[in-house]
Amino acid sequence: MGSSASQLTKELLSEYQELTFLTKQEILLAHCRFKELLPKESRNTMDYRVPMEKILTMPELKSNPFRQRICYVFSTSEAKDGSLSFEDFLDFLSVFSDSATPEIKSHYAFRIFDFDDDGTLDRNDLVKLVNCLTGDAPETRLSQEEMNQLIGNILEESDIDKDGTVNLSEFQHVISRSPDFVSSFKIVL
Amino acid sequence: MEPGSDVFQWGHGPPLLSNPLLDQLPSYQSLRYRRRLSSGSSRRKRSVSRQRMGSSSSGRWAGPDTDDLLKTISPQRPVKELPISMSDKRRVWEHHKEQHRDLSSLHQWWLGRQRSFRRFKDDSHELLSALVLWRKDIHVIEGKFGTGIQSYFSFLRFLVVLNLVMFLMLFCFVTLPVIISDYEVANSTMLNVTASFNCTIYPSTVRQGLVLFHQYIIDALSGTGFLEQTYLFYGYYRMDSVHFPTIQYRMPLAYLLTSIACLLLSLFWTVKRSVHGFKLNLIQDEDRFQSFCNKIFAGWDFCITDERAARLKHSSLHYELKTDLDEERIKQKIAHRTRKEICHIYFLRLLLNMFVIGVLGGCFYAIYRATIYSQEYSQTQPQQAQNFIVGLIVEYLPSIVITAANFITPLIFEVVIRYEDYSPAFEIRFTLIRCVFVRLASIGVLLFTLWSQITFCGGESCFCGYNNNLYPCWETRVGQEMYKLAIFDFLIIGAVAVLVEFPRNLIVTHCSCSLAKWFGQQEFSVPQNVLEIVYGQTICWIGSYYSPLIPGISTIKYFIVFYIKKVSLMQNCRPSTRPFRASSSNFFFLAVLLIGLLVACVPVGVTIGHISSSKACGPFMNYNISWDVVPSAVETLPGGARKFFYVISSEAFAVTFFVVVCLVLFYFIALARAHKLVVKQLKDQLHMEGRDKMFLIQQLYKAQKTFKQQQQLRPRTEGSELEQEGMLHPDRDYYRPPSSDVFPEDYMDYNLT
Repeated sequence: MGSSASQLTKELLSEYQELTFLTKQEILLAHCRFKELLPKESRNTMDYRVPMEKILTMPELKSNPFRQRICYVFSTSEAKDGSLSFEDFLDFLSVFSDSATPEIKSHYAFRIFDFDDDGTLDRNDLVKLVNCLTGDAPETRLSQEEMNQLIGNILEESDIDKDGTVNLSEFQHVISRSPDFVSSFKIVL
Repeated sequence: MEPGSDVFQWGHGPPLLSNPLLDQLPSYQSLRYRRRLSSGSSRRKRSVSRQRMGSSSSGRWAGPDTDDLLKTISPQRPVKELPISMSDKRRVWEHHKEQHRDLSSLHQWWLGRQRSFRRFKDDSHELLSALVLWRKDIHVIEGKFGTGIQSYFSFLRFLVVLNLVMFLMLFCFVTLPVIISDYEVANSTMLNVTASFNCTIYPSTVRQGLVLFHQYIIDALSGTGFLEQTYLFYGYYRMDSVHFPTIQYRMPLAYLLTSIACLLLSLFWTVKRSVHGFKLNLIQDEDRFQSFCNKIFAGWDFCITDERAARLKHSSLHYELKTDLDEERIKQKIAHRTRKEICHIYFLRLLLNMFVIGVLGGCFYAIYRATIYSQEYSQTQPQQAQNFIVGLIVEYLPSIVITAANFITPLIFEVVIRYEDYSPAFEIRFTLIRCVFVRLASIGVLLFTLWSQITFCGGESCFCGYNNNLYPCWETRVGQEMYKLAIFDFLIIGAVAVLVEFPRNLIVTHCSCSLAKWFGQQEFSVPQNVLEIVYGQTICWIGSYYSPLIPGISTIKYFIVFYIKKVSLMQNCRPSTRPFRASSSNFFFLAVLLIGLLVACVPVGVTIGHISSSKACGPFMNYNISWDVVPSAVETLPGGARKFFYVISSEAFAVTFFVVVCLVLFYFIALARAHKLVVKQLKDQLHMEGRDKMFLIQQLYKAQKTFKQQQQLRPRTEGSELEQEGMLHPDRDYYRPPSSDVFPEDYMDYNLT
C-alpha cells in the first residue's frame, strides 16, 4: 500500500508513526531523502522500488561493509535483488533508530550477519563477518590460525548448546550482555 | 546431494544442517523469516504440504507464518516491536484493531487513553531531543570519527549541563538572597559579630592610591584586589536572614545545605548516567568489555559516514583483534614462566614502582614548595612594587607546577610500563590509573599545603582556630586558589590547541621533511583528554563551597572548550590507532568522574566539619565550625521533627542501620551465588538436550534411509497421498512414525533442494 501522491498524507504519517520507531520529523526527513533517490520520471509514486546500486550511493551506507546485506535483509521484493520500497526504507531506519528496542536490533543484526540465510551463524558466516570488519584487502585479513583462534573464542563464548553454530536465541543472549551494541548499531539521517 | 551418514558429524566440526527434519522443528523460529523470504521465488520448490495450505494467489504470501504470529502475539505488545516487514505489521495492526472492536467500550476507552499517552510521550521525547545541546555537531563527529570520540564529546556536554544546573541552584539559593538584600528589595538582617575583636579584623583589599594598570589584570586573573570582596567568594556572604512575609530565610543554613545538595546531585546524576543503557551483570565474572563477542558483533560503528574514517576503523579493528589474540598467547606464556623469570620480573617491577613513587614524591614536594613560596611572596612583597610578569607567574606558580607535573608524568609512566612486562590491556589500564592518581593527588597536595599554612600559628595553637594574621578570611583564599587553577586550566587548553596543535598540523601538511613525517599528525587521545576535563570538574566541585560562582565559570569554560576541541579535532587530529571502545569509555569516564567527586568531598567535608570557620567574613562568623548551623537550626524545629532528627543522628540508630544494610548485602550476595549455580546447570542441561535431539534425529534419519532403500527394491503401492503428507506436517504437535509401506515421493524431492 503506497500513496499515489508524492506527499505523505496525514493518516499515512500517523500510521507510520504507529508502526515504526521513527518520530514525525524523522519520517518526513526519510521521505525527502528517499525522493532524492527516485529517478525524475517516477517522482509521483511511492510504490517504486529503488535498485540496490542507488541505495548504496547514500553516504550513510557508502562506507558500511554490511551495506549489501542490509539491502537484502530489508528488501521485500519478489526478485530478491535488494531493492527497497519506501516502506522497506522506513523499516530499515526504524530498526536503526535511537528508540528501537535492543531485541529488534539484535534480531535484525542476526539476519544481517547470517550471510547464507540459513537461520544460524555457522563458521563460514563468522569468517565472512570478521573479514567484513577488518576490511577485505588481503593485507588486512587475519591469518588462518588467528582466524581459527578467534572463531573458537567466539563460539566458546556464545554457543551454549555446543552445536558449533550460533542460533538466534544464543545471539540475542550474548548481545544482551554486550554494552557496545546499542550505541554502535545506529544510523541516523 | 546425498544426505549421507555424515550429516551429523558430532565433534568433527560444524554439522551440516541440511536435514529438512531440523527445519520443521518448532524451535527453529529463525527459519520463519527464511521461509517467507524465499516463498515468492521458490514456491515451486516448496513441499506439497505447503502448497496445499491454500496460499493466496496474490503476489504477497499470506502464509501460515503470519497467522501463527497473530496467535502468539499478545495485544499489549506494540506492533512496532515485531521483527517483520511493514506490510505484515500493518496486517497485525488491523487484526488488533478488529479484536479491540469486540471488547467492551470501557476497555476500548482505556486502550485509547494508553495509545494517546504513548503518542504524547513520543512527541515530548521528540521535542526534548530537539532541544538537546550540540546534537548536530556530535552527529557530525560521530560520522567522521566513530563512537569512541563521540562519547568524549557527549561526556563534555553532560558536564556543561551539570555545571549549569549547579550554578542555577547556587545562584537561586545563595547569591540571589544576597543580591536582594543589597538592593533592599526585602527586609534582611546582617550578621552581628560576636567573636573576639582580634579575629574579626578584615582589612579591605581594594587597592588604594595610585594603582598601576597591570595590577588590575593580576587581580582579575587571581581573584584578589577588587574581586576579593564580591559575590565571587565566600567572604561576601555575611547575611543572616531575609524576612519574607511568611517565612524567614536563613542564609547560613541555606549556604551549607545548597553546597551539600550540589555534591549529592552530582553524585546521583553521575551514577544514573553510568547505569543507563548498560546492564551490569554481576553474575558472570567474565570481562564484559574485552570479550570477543562484544568486539565482533558490536564492533562496527554503523554511524560512520566518512570513507577515511571507515578505513581507519577497519585498521583499528584489525589491530585490536590482533592485539587481543596476541594477549591470549602472552597469557599462555606468562602461565609458563619459570621461577627464575618470575623473581626477576618481580624484582624489576619493585624497582620501577619505587622509581615511580620517587617521581611522584618529587612532584608533590615541588607543589608543596611552590604553594608556600607563592603564599609568602604575595603577603610579604609590597603590593605596588610587583613586576607584572613576575607577579603573575608567582601567583600562578602552584598551577604551573601542577600542570607541568600532569604533563610530564604520563610520559614517564608510558616508558616505565614497557619494562614491567604486563599484558597489553593491563598496561593501558595501569598507566591510566597512575595518571588519574597523579592528577587528583596533586590537587590534594595543594589543599593539604594550604591547610597546613592556615592552621599554623608559629608553633603554638591558634587563638581563633586559624592563622588570622595571614588569613583573616581563609575560605576566600582557598577559593582564590581554586579560581586560579580553573582559569589556568582553561588557558592551557586554549594555548595547547592554538600554539601546539595548529602549527603541528601546518608543519606536517606543508613541510615534507623527514622530521615532520616522523612526528606525524596529532592523535586525539581520548583518555588524556578525559582526565583533563575531570581534573577541571574536580576543581569546580571543591571550589563550589568557597566560591559560589565557580560552577558558572566552569559552564562557560567547558562550553568554549567544546568548540576548541571540536575545531582542533576536525582540523588537526586523526583518530588514534589504539582504539578506545565506547562502552569501556563511558564506564571509564564516569568511574574517574566519581573518583574525582569523592576526592572533592574530602576537603569540603573537612572544612565543614573540622576547621573553624572565619570569624571575620562569611555566613558562619558566629559559629565555631560550619556544621554547627545544622544543630542550631534543628533546635528551632517543632518537637516532633526535632525528636526525629535526634533519633536519626544517635548512635543506636546508626548501628542498627549498619547491621540491616550488612544483612541485606549478604542476602544479595548469596542470591547471586545461587543464580550463578543455576545458570551453569541450565547451560549444561541445554547442551545435553541439544545432543539428545541430534542423536534422536540421527537415528530417525537412519531409519528413514533404510526404508527408502527397502522401498526402492519393491514396487510402489498406490497409497493415499494425503496420509503420507500428513506425516511430517509442521503444524502437527506430535510426530507419527512412518507406516510400513508408504513413503512420500515428494519428500525425496524435498531432500534434493
